[in-house]
Amino acid sequence: MLDDDVRQVIASTRRFVRERVVPAEAEIERTDAIPPDLRRAAAAMGLFGFAVPEEYGGLGLDMSAEVQLVFELGYTTPAFRSMFGTNNGIAGHVLLEGATQEQKKAYLPLIASGEWTAAFALTEENAGSDPAGLATSARRDGDEWVINGAKRFITNAPLADVFMVFARTDPGAEGGHGITAFMVERDAPGLSVGPKDHKMGQAGAWTADVLLADVRVPASAVIGGEDGVGRGYATAMRCLAHGRIHIAALCVGLAQRLVDESVAYAATRVQGGGVIGTHQLVQGLLADSATDLYAARALVVDVAARFDDGSDTRIGPSCAKYFASEAVGRVADRAVQIHGGAGYMRGVPVERFYRDARLFRIYEGTSQIQQIVIARQLLRDAGVR
Amino acid sequence: MNIVVTVKQVPDTWAEKKLDASDKTVDRKSVDNVMNEMDEYGVEEALKIKEAHGGEVTVVTMGPEKAVETIRKALSMGADKAVHLTDESLHGSDALATSAALAKVISTLSPDLIITSSEASDARGGVMGALLAERLGLPQLTQARKVTVDPGANKVSVERLADNGYALVEATLPAVVGVVEKINQPRYPSFKGIMAAKKKPLTKLSAADAGLDAGSVGLAGATSTVVDAQPAPPRQSGTIVKDEGDGGAKVAAFLAAQKLI
Repeated sequence: MLDDDVRQVIASTRRFVRERVVPAEAEIERTDAIPPDLRRAAAAMGLFGFAVPEEYGGLGLDMSAEVQLVFELGYTTPAFRSMFGTNNGIAGHVLLEGATQEQKKAYLPLIASGEWTAAFALTEENAGSDPAGLATSARRDGDEWVINGAKRFITNAPLADVFMVFARTDPGAEGGHGITAFMVERDAPGLSVGPKDHKMGQAGAWTADVLLADVRVPASAVIGGEDGVGRGYATAMRCLAHGRIHIAALCVGLAQRLVDESVAYAATRVQGGGVIGTHQLVQGLLADSATDLYAARALVVDVAARFDDGSDTRIGPSCAKYFASEAVGRVADRAVQIHGGAGYMRGVPVERFYRDARLFRIYEGTSQIQQIVIARQLLRDAGVR
Repeated sequence: MNIVVTVKQVPDTWAEKKLDASDKTVDRKSVDNVMNEMDEYGVEEALKIKEAHGGEVTVVTMGPEKAVETIRKALSMGADKAVHLTDESLHGSDALATSAALAKVISTLSPDLIITSSEASDARGGVMGALLAERLGLPQLTQARKVTVDPGANKVSVERLADNGYALVEATLPAVVGVVEKINQPRYPSFKGIMAAKKKPLTKLSAADAGLDAGSVGLAGATSTVVDAQPAPPRQSGTIVKDEGDGGAKVAAFLAAQKLI
């Protein structure tokens, strides 16, 4: 892609987000759903496939371009991005990273166009970032595999057409070994999706349990074919590195919105004879939030460039996700503080974003998991095992 | 259907608009330039008609080199090809001269339908549709809030916006239709559209290519001249009337002094 094209893609997305999605935020919050016309418009624009290569019907943005686009998507309710986030992100990337050429050709175009919504089903009650407790199993039965288990908090599960299911295929193997990724279509007998989870925030973004009871899939459902057996966890980890930078960029977009909301309020709210922005203690809050925003944005841009040239695909993504998610948490907290009593009221955007932002420090690896990833890799590089 | 849609690049709607001190034409250099927002509705309507009846949408614009950005925008929305009339000698053309130049270009394209928007946000003349229809000798259906094309019957009908409702107006094709912003919701350029836009045919014409006589266009050929212009005075702070029992009378006196009542 040419830089000029990328600029236009970003400009088109920016207008769409600000003209169409921002005005719909209150409705999305109230109805816990993305209006169908917004979904259609997003699919028509190509938002379901910006990270999928052009040869498979997507846009093929590299990480540096993707983060610029995601800065724009982050400017509104995270539920909007979540609608197509799994297609471009963790679920679509399972195919990009692990699938055979045939599988890519068959399924990526469906995902890039938004015809299919894909979900990433790794997390379980006792397994998430740490796969040791992964209990979902798949056993061979002739030419088929039989999958059993329960997945939890699966984003987009209520509307997904296809699930990337991670299951243990070698019961004797430990940790991340012996895990295989399967592509399971929604109508597979034995697959059921639980009721929508009732969450703190991010209304309109749906998660649910996915239950697999003797779900039979053909050998061709193994992502990566016969060579993919036992390699699912390695694939998942590569997807998560990309996903972490993506989430970090999303945090930057939301931090920008929160700074804009904070400045607008501080510049207009009158208290004690002048606008509250003239008070130095409020100025301190604004300055700290602007500084967090700049630092997070610069970090994400730098980490994306290092991810693209291959020089850092592990420590950088975790540092970016860790810092940007913590930063947007601080910025959201200050935004509520600047709004005073109004910031605690339902219906005020910063109150909603404060709840929305809380998830960023938790999903796609908690802050504590990021710390572990960062420190372990540093020590591994220093020869410590 | 062979549809022509006219677009114009204008200073950003929200930018402070200025006149160039040297020749009192719109200063396009010191501001961001965008597609005239109203033209997005025209392009959208052209695309919808094409999607319903088949055919081709050709974008026509007159403007400096930079106006190619606005052409690209229309192409990325889905138009098929474009004609860009650009020449130093066209600089300063007034509405009459512009309509003559555009009509000349459009007539070579033999369209079934010509779509314009109701006005451009820079000059706000709102006369281009009518001028083009006159120059081309075609029926004009302006202020359309709904357009229905019947290619089989060679007819187009529109709901023409009026103060207290709308009038149903019909014409034979080819015709010039001017649309208002109530008519549709313009699409956002899709990512694929953006990438495809650069590969679509774009014909660049000079004034000579278009067969225009240099004396009839530009500042030289303009029938109207901007003699003088003053920047709008800064807004004065308002008058505050304190109600001490006589508030109503004071407000009435103020309005009377402004000759408003």
